[in-house]
Amino acid sequence: MLARSCLRSTRAVGAVRNGAVNTSKRAASTSSSEAASPFRLNMAGSAATAVAIGSMAWYYHLYGTELHAMTPTEEGLHPTKYPWEHAAWTKTFDHQALRRGFQVYQEVCSSCHSLSRIPYRSLVGVTHTVDEAKAMAEENEYDSEPNDEGEIEKRPGKLSDYLPSPYKNDEAARAANNGALPPDLSLIVKARHGGCDYIFSLLTGYPEEPPPGVKLPDGLNFNPYFPGTGIAMARVLYNDLVEYEDGTPASTSQMAKDVVEFLNWSAEPEMDQRKKMGLKVLAITSLLTALSIWVKRYKWSPIKTRKIVYVPPKMGGRPNGH
Amino acid sequence: MATAARPLYNFLVRRNYIFLGVIFAGAFGFEMAFDTISDRIWDNINKGRQWKDIRAKYIQSEDDE
Ligand code: HEC
Repeated sequence: MLARSCLRSTRAVGAVRNGAVNTSKRAASTSSSEAASPFRLNMAGSAATAVAIGSMAWYYHLYGTELHAMTPTEEGLHPTKYPWEHAAWTKTFDHQALRRGFQVYQEVCSSCHSLSRIPYRSLVGVTHTVDEAKAMAEENEYDSEPNDEGEIEKRPGKLSDYLPSPYKNDEAARAANNGALPPDLSLIVKARHGGCDYIFSLLTGYPEEPPPGVKLPDGLNFNPYFPGTGIAMARVLYNDLVEYEDGTPASTSQMAKDVVEFLNWSAEPEMDQRKKMGLKVLAITSLLTALSIWVKRYKWSPIKTRKIVYVPPKMGGRPNGH
Repeated sequence: MATAARPLYNFLVRRNYIFLGVIFAGAFGFEMAFDTISDRIWDNINKGRQWKDIRAKYIQSEDDE
């Protein structure tokens, strides 16, 4: 009913606009509702608009809002983006920092975290000399091959041995840490969203006290960057915890930066080589691209510059063309 | 091609074994030159960052002890 009267009334309006010529004809066909008042038209339009907007709002309310499976607390604070120099396209790791970072790992983290994918030999020529690496390996004992009686004796470590883990197995690690497993750090930079930024923020992000109102279970420490904010690892880095042999002041952030860079190396030991190779590949391929463009233009130049001329045949007696 | 280079061109291309040899030697030479130059550029960009830049410190201190 509403729709029909609307239709009719628009026709009436159209008729008025169309001017005198058509008026009589249209007026005959629209009969009674010619009297549709502007007020009723406005009401109908407004109502339709309100219904349209209302249904859109209702639909958006139902389906439109973004869904989060986790609360912001459960997501954890997003780490700050730091300008890591070794992350640049053309920069290697700073190997002095790697050496310091290894020292931090060795003196601080290695009492809880393993670094099981790194053998001593891979430190050679990266952070340490052969002799240093050998000396460090020999400080540990490893199982040897079974002897004639089938006994397994201990032998000092060799370059080919992997860094020793602090616990015999994951269960022992859990038991020693309140049920929380300190993850292996070999690939941790690749294994966490935010990579270097996240781990740096995590290590330096422990506040003096948890904010008021935060209740954590026993044995958990507050860290806003850790998803869930309650982490089983307490703050481990404090100013001057280690003494760097190269004299760098061992502030908390310096140690965190060094150990993070070292962990990035342990996750991607091939990075230096990869970037150098990548640069060479770019250089060669751009040379070859330029060369192939030149060759193409060279080969095509006769075709591009040729001129096709149409010489019409001479018609008997008449002047050429036209 | 410039006429001056014509004899050289003829020498290089006339006999197949010379032509092939020139290609192989050229690839070899180019590779050496390219690697040397790009390594130098790379080491310059990363001055002081690589192991070879700090290695001397640790070799030295080993000898002192
Ligand atoms: C006292 C033992 C201990 C020490 C020392 C320690 N950690 Fe941890 N770490 C833990 C435990 C336990 C967890 C597991 C935390 C959890 O899951 O709640 C952990 C977790 C981590 C995580 C993973 C966080 C995540 O997102 O899952 C990183 C990264 C980490 N530690 C880095 C380090 C670094 C780097 C050091 C050395 C500077 C270090 N830790 C020293 C016990 C330790």
